[in-house]
Amino acid sequence: MAQRGQTIGVHLILVACAISVILPVAWIALAAFKTQISLLRGDLAFAPYFGHFDELLFSRTSDYAAHFANSLLVASLCTLLVLFISTLAAYSLARMRWPPWVPVLVLTGSLVFHMIPPITLTGPWYVMFRSIGWDSSYAALIATHVALHLPIGIAVMYVFVREIPQELEEAARLDGCTTPQMLSRIVFPLVKPGLAATGILVFVFSWNEFAVALNLTSSATATVPVAIAKFAQEYEIKHGVMAAGAVLSIIPAVLLLLFAQRHIVKGLTAGAGK
Amino acid sequence: MSTDAASAGIGDASRWRYYTLAPALTVYLLLALLPIANLLAMSVHDIRWLEGAAQWSFAGTRHFAELPRDPLVRAGFANTTLFAVLAVAAEMVIGFFLALLVSRVAAGRVAYRTIFLLPILLPGIVIGAIWKLMYNPDFGIVNQVLGAFGLAGHDWLGDKSLALLSVVVVDIWHWTPFVFLLLLAGLESLPQDVYEAAKVDGASAWAELRYITLPMMLPTLAVTLAFRLIVSFKVFDEVYLLTGGGPGTATEVVSFSIYRRFFTEDRMGYGSAISVVTLFVLALVIVLCLGALRRRTRTA
Repeated sequence: MAQRGQTIGVHLILVACAISVILPVAWIALAAFKTQISLLRGDLAFAPYFGHFDELLFSRTSDYAAHFANSLLVASLCTLLVLFISTLAAYSLARMRWPPWVPVLVLTGSLVFHMIPPITLTGPWYVMFRSIGWDSSYAALIATHVALHLPIGIAVMYVFVREIPQELEEAARLDGCTTPQMLSRIVFPLVKPGLAATGILVFVFSWNEFAVALNLTSSATATVPVAIAKFAQEYEIKHGVMAAGAVLSIIPAVLLLLFAQRHIVKGLTAGAGK
Repeated sequence: MSTDAASAGIGDASRWRYYTLAPALTVYLLLALLPIANLLAMSVHDIRWLEGAAQWSFAGTRHFAELPRDPLVRAGFANTTLFAVLAVAAEMVIGFFLALLVSRVAAGRVAYRTIFLLPILLPGIVIGAIWKLMYNPDFGIVNQVLGAFGLAGHDWLGDKSLALLSVVVVDIWHWTPFVFLLLLAGLESLPQDVYEAAKVDGASAWAELRYITLPMMLPTLAVTLAFRLIVSFKVFDEVYLLTGGGPGTATEVVSFSIYRRFFTEDRMGYGSAISVVTLFVLALVIVLCLGALRRRTRTA
């Protein structure tokens, strides 16, 4: 009986926490459908209003659709590049018989780089890209996003590559398999769960990234977070439009969370603490 | 024949060892090491743009001499330290508590974990936007709820004495789930037989926590704490949207000072000097943490 009461108590606390996680997100989702007046009055009951989405997507003062496309482009290319580069590197470090200090050095360096605030390097990146005429280009933003997310990629892929049975590789070598064949026929197919975990995380983190995108893009190449921040900064804050932009921007993350929760947990726990 | 193939394989492998690692090393070389070297060079120069080309003039240690007298930088370092300590302490306590609770329930574990994951995946800017609306003194839900209980509302982000704490609360909301996730994974990987033995011996829940869970979780707790502490220096997005470092310098954090001096005021040399000092401080923290962790694992 006491056991049962305890279980109910635990669930009550957890449900309260779950509500405190969901409530703020639900609140902004509701705000996106309120008129400015209804918002400013703090109405709890209101008739849904679609004007903010209309202004966001179709008015001449907003390029949200273009920013959305920019974010898709940058995050997708960044993800593909990180997957390719990090899997190769993880395979090399885990299986190619380097002297032990090489993997230690690369993995530690990679972790340290991951812990550095990106804003400290955004300055030199800006000067470097502007000097070679890449300022405000997609290429510059994608390159920096690849660098920023490569540590997660390498950390997660390293865990997955090490799980490939060594005998499989030895057998393939004996059959005269070259390294590229080994990679395309054994390594990449066997680490698909790792690729899914890494791909989801890198896509979402690149999609969300703000500090670097803010400083390396122009209004033509700006990504969604930069666009949302603009709404908050205008002389008269457009709360409703900002909320609408925020709601649309989290759709990819929410979908991935609902349908790929397992991969995300695997990626986050493999990528950290290593 | 087979030895031929095998030795060909080994020769091939020794070449591919370099080819497979080269792309990653190239990325780190061009976008991490070279920029850090550039940062050091920039911090002792004044830099102006003239027709698309950077004009460097030597400034010596002038920028570093100015740093300690810069009110923005002083506030930035003080606030970042306070912010990191308060936020991470709360995240560790709440995160561990939640992980312990979730590890005890049989039903709904996946549902809880899915919900708790949500903040990790949201853009910092969106989290800023959410809380900017919630904290709004006129129509935000925080004051509405307080009002419903007959309590006075506050200008959470506009009041100098409250602003930093308000931002800390946002960070707790954002990152407690991450701490929770790592600690839950740690708890789930603990050997179960020890708990069964404890149960047989009739150990209380408190004794179980004090003498089994805590000691076994210590390495995971220490790594998570060190990681969160260091990574909290990254905070930028939320501050940018919520307060812009204000009111006054109440929520000025290091990342934001760098952004302001380097990009807003176009003082690239001076901004680089702040970055250099920040990286130096972080390096120090990292070395201290690694040292502490190594000592812990050796004694454990």
